Amino acid sequence: MDKRLPRDRIAGGAHQAIAHDSAAKHVTGEALYIDDIPAPPNLVHLFAGTATKAHARLTRLDLAAVRAAPGVVAVLTAEDIPGTNDVSPVGAGDDPIFCEGEVVFLGQVLFAVAAESFDSARAAAKLAVAEYEELPALLTVEAALQAGSFLLPDHVMRRGDAAAAIRGAPGRLGGRLAIGGQDHFYLEGQVSLALPQEDGDVLIHCSTQHPSEVQQGVAHVLGRPRNAVTVEVRRMGGGFGGKETQAAQWAAIAALAAVKTGRPAKFRFERDDDMIMTGKRHDFLIDYDVGFDREGRILGIEFMQACRGGCSADLTGAIADRAMFHADNGYYLDQVAITSHRCRTNTVSNTAFRGFGGPQGMMGIETVMEAIARRLGKDPLEIRKLNLYGKGERNITPYHQTVEENVLPETIAALEADADYAGRRRAIAAFNAESPWLKKGLALTPVKFGISFTTSHLNQAGALIHIYTDGSIHLNHGGTEMGQGLFVKVAQVVAEELQVDLDRIKITATSTGKVPNTSATAASSGSDINGMAALAAARTLKQRLIDFAADRYKVPPAEVRFLPGRIAIGAPGRIVEEIAFPDLIKEAWLARVSLSATGYYATPGIYYDRSTASGRPFYYFAYGAAVSEVLVDSLTGEYKVARVDILHDVGKSLNPAIDLGQIEGGFIQGMGWLTSEELVWDSTGRLRTHAPSTYKIPACSDRPADFRMTLLANENREPAIFRSKAVGEPPLMLAISVFAAISDAIASLAGYRLLPALDAPATPERVLLAVEEIRARQAADLTRQDRPRHQARPAAIRRARSAE
Amino acid sequence: MSGRIRFLLGTERREVEVADPTMTVLNYLRLVEQRTGTKEGCAEGDCGACTVVLAELGHDHLAYRAVNSCIQFLPSLDGKQLLSVEDLASSRSVLHPAQQAMVECHGSQCGFCTPGFVMSLFALFHAPGHLDRRRIDDALAGNLCRCTGYGPIIAAASRMKEIADGDRFDEAEAETVRALRALRGQPGEAGEAPDGRRWFAPRRIEDLAELVLSFPEASLVAGATDAGLWVTKQHRRLDPVIYLGEVEELARIAVGPETIEIGAGVTYDRLQEVIAADYPDFAELLRRLGSTQIRNCGTMGGNIANGSPIGDSPPPLIALGARLVLRRSAARREIALEDFFLDYGKQDRRPGEFVESIRLPRRDPAWRFACYKISKRFDQDITASLGAFNLKLAGGGVADIRICFGGMAAIPKRARECEAALIGRPWSLDTVREGQAALRRDYTPISDMRASRGYRALAAENLLLKFFHETGEGAALTRTRILQPAGPSHG
Repeated sequence: MDKRLPRDRIAGGAHQAIAHDSAAKHVTGEALYIDDIPAPPNLVHLFAGTATKAHARLTRLDLAAVRAAPGVVAVLTAEDIPGTNDVSPVGAGDDPIFCEGEVVFLGQVLFAVAAESFDSARAAAKLAVAEYEELPALLTVEAALQAGSFLLPDHVMRRGDAAAAIRGAPGRLGGRLAIGGQDHFYLEGQVSLALPQEDGDVLIHCSTQHPSEVQQGVAHVLGRPRNAVTVEVRRMGGGFGGKETQAAQWAAIAALAAVKTGRPAKFRFERDDDMIMTGKRHDFLIDYDVGFDREGRILGIEFMQACRGGCSADLTGAIADRAMFHADNGYYLDQVAITSHRCRTNTVSNTAFRGFGGPQGMMGIETVMEAIARRLGKDPLEIRKLNLYGKGERNITPYHQTVEENVLPETIAALEADADYAGRRRAIAAFNAESPWLKKGLALTPVKFGISFTTSHLNQAGALIHIYTDGSIHLNHGGTEMGQGLFVKVAQVVAEELQVDLDRIKITATSTGKVPNTSATAASSGSDINGMAALAAARTLKQRLIDFAADRYKVPPAEVRFLPGRIAIGAPGRIVEEIAFPDLIKEAWLARVSLSATGYYATPGIYYDRSTASGRPFYYFAYGAAVSEVLVDSLTGEYKVARVDILHDVGKSLNPAIDLGQIEGGFIQGMGWLTSEELVWDSTGRLRTHAPSTYKIPACSDRPADFRMTLLANENREPAIFRSKAVGEPPLMLAISVFAAISDAIASLAGYRLLPALDAPATPERVLLAVEEIRARQAADLTRQDRPRHQARPAAIRRARSAE
Repeated sequence: MSGRIRFLLGTERREVEVADPTMTVLNYLRLVEQRTGTKEGCAEGDCGACTVVLAELGHDHLAYRAVNSCIQFLPSLDGKQLLSVEDLASSRSVLHPAQQAMVECHGSQCGFCTPGFVMSLFALFHAPGHLDRRRIDDALAGNLCRCTGYGPIIAAASRMKEIADGDRFDEAEAETVRALRALRGQPGEAGEAPDGRRWFAPRRIEDLAELVLSFPEASLVAGATDAGLWVTKQHRRLDPVIYLGEVEELARIAVGPETIEIGAGVTYDRLQEVIAADYPDFAELLRRLGSTQIRNCGTMGGNIANGSPIGDSPPPLIALGARLVLRRSAARREIALEDFFLDYGKQDRRPGEFVESIRLPRRDPAWRFACYKISKRFDQDITASLGAFNLKLAGGGVADIRICFGGMAAIPKRARECEAALIGRPWSLDTVREGQAALRRDYTPISDMRASRGYRALAAENLLLKFFHETGEGAALTRTRILQPAGPSHG
């Protein structure tokens, strides 16, 4: 089609369901990832030598044989660092790139080898002689709680007198839930390619969600100002939070090698090393103590959340905060106290992972919902609906933010009807009555997820747009592309604003040299903040063009309008001239109008006061709900997810195809976290599940055959980018419905009157053990006490709590 | 000993001096050919990002097989056509239907796994028959995607044949067959790498027998689905290596009236079809063994000879009374398969001997067979516990029974105590309870990352119960995923 002809609509504007910008390059193998960049001449390859103890003093490190090995160019240790041996993202000073004296986890980097080939680097690294004086290691949350080992001070959110409300309530339950961690399992492992530049500067191609933080870490290690370090990333082969803070160490080692050897240096992880040496989703222990009325309405509740931060602070503080911010999920907790312990252990430092603590926080309250339902002999959905936030009342969160928009009641009602929850509930009861071994389970769970970085100053973004004299557009912003479709969404925003076809816009690699001081592409905020920054840049350019055209054609600015592919001069109905976009650009250039602009955005109106645990940390909430149905084998604990129905709120979608992809992908990833993905450490602190042969993310056949997704018809009530809502993280938590459905199937074995003792992930083993346990408990007629699960907190926890 | 191999890379003929006999095909593509579309995700054949397709001469036509290039060694390419993701599109603007469908259905997000999915879809595109969800799941079980949740990729698999029913590879088939034939006719290859490592790829079984006799310490590599990891994960130096893939006699299956004779080089994929009628449960087990890529390469001989306590085929084979033929030079001996496994990592294979074939009895209507594999993930997972049961009933009582478990001991091991507790007794719940108690004497399983000892023991007892219910009169459902056996008549 001739783009100069008048048209009604541009190709690829906002709200259109168009393909990922790299789709054709993905399917042909043309899309370049960092390890695919043609090897520069003289490249050295890096391999890390790591500690074999979880906690020890390193008494001797003899690297003579490493240095003498064939192909070795350099061996790097802490002594080679010109700057500071630390890449902590929060200034905690506890993330050394090379161990200095004290080993704090098994897999910690002691040194790195730079060699002519990857194989020679790896072979040489194995020749190191390390001697240790072992120290006692804390390997679990329980052990850390017992020892009082914490990375950060506890944090408490409270309103009213929860303890009194619980004591005075007609019903009371307590219990504990253990929730496992999760490996990101991005298909592309961590990788950095560092290229030495003049003046001792360095350019780093790094697979990271946070180029500015990598830049900061590298500059810190090199002892150079940040303007000596440029970090660039075109795309990642998946991130999910795992390449936010944790890319910096590998980039710093590569940069150090490049500076030391004067040669390009590449640090690419093999899968096993990646899984052993990088942090994961935090595993949690959650204790609850809840008081409720005879209908099941919560009157008072206390949560104790303890998470495994690992060996350093990393982002544990913010993650543990977000778990607290989501301890309510979509429910009003009137009298409430939430206490958070951030445990230090001798394991790899845990980090961001899609949901960032939110999923774990929600697991706690969703378990409480089921516990109350079992006690009262009601359908858990009834209890959930009863406890939802109200509209205009019962709408203040435990951190004192008002829930101004609440679409959960109507979302749940619509989903309940569309998915025929009631009919299926009856059919399942009939099936279970007839089937002695296989049991079906059903659950509907909601999601309310707060959008914004809870560290308020991070909610800012920048963009840069150039228009060249042929009318082609170069778009850049601080967000990174990890597969989530951010780049195409932001390009759609610019296309929409300038009314040009999407293919006029070149999407370019994120670079600290173009947009500085950026925040991580994280917290689901990517399109919200970068979209707004790009919109601001586009508006600046548009205004310049309007001013120019108004002057040039002698019309008021209001009579210069951007129509698809062209600019109309004159009032509607009295158009005097239409100029194709490239022609106007050429004219503007000749008239010496600047065709490059930056844009900037800061999310308005958000703050959080830690001292009072109150504020408005979230700009808005994203909502959703899911119904899952499962079939459980009570003889083996195996199960199948048979059907899933989802209704999810993305506001007015920027790109429905991309958003549906995020919803389904997030759901399946969440399902993996709660079912088959089990991290196993042995008693020495060695991770035993460090490759896909032992760590099982969902495979194709795990995707339910019957999977129905609908976008909620909604618009963001806040003026977020084109009234859309963030979508990266919230759908992951819809998968809590799978876990709840498995629990429901197990509960059927005891007449739905007992809460199964099921921890996450619900592997077949945990399911079978829960089946056995609930049968035994029923047989022992412990119904009224629910003892096996709801016993008093272990002494270790009481001690930890009394130490507050 | 020229040490050279010949193959087609796309349509181009390659003749390559094998400098490193255990260089992976993935490294060859990425480092030598600079074809970086094919990715490394795990280097152990579990994620599928490295999937490529090998086209081989069938009788008159080409067979397209998806394989994991990360664990296939370069010499395995000899005489074949290697297709990687760069080969599919005829131009930048004309994508292959598998690629086009992936774009249309939004089948890629981060894109890193995508080339592997595209190649698995390409192989599926060339496989005959209707594509239903089950076949798509099978074709894609060996490709992990962390972004999409698979729905869009499943949609692409369903869509691709609507875009076009054939492709330019079909059109060029005769030409490709001619080009591959022109590569053949070379004698069995062998060579020595510059660092002294020797490799052999014999064609005739007699030559293989003599080589094994001459080099009893040699690593025998068939599908490399295990041996590949010795190199990529354990970084072992293999010398010498004898490749079995060219020995046609090893790849034969002979279905007789009493016995199915399975050559050691028969892949899981081929056996699955052959035994489906006699032993549907065994075929289903093989369907779940690894992935399409693994089943296209992995061999029955390898599954047995590596002696793993969690190999999937020995328990059913032992329960079915299979026998093993071992060959040394021209001499053969036949033993019961269960006698082959002596202890952890120790088999009754004498120096100079190799596994030649497996003799599996045909189905006897008087016996009822079932097997069950338990793993964290249903598809493409390594067994936590695997139970195989073969029962002969007479007059309501147990005339005979053979039970073998994998994952419960250092070797695939029969449950002799349990069998003794059952034989001669009525096939009743009371008897099964005694059998369950006996199982606790048969096995003392270990705890590892796949399962705890307690779970293994409990699941084993419950599997006996499940087998009882499936062979009894009731019609209760007992299986969540795989086909429910058809009641008491199931054999």
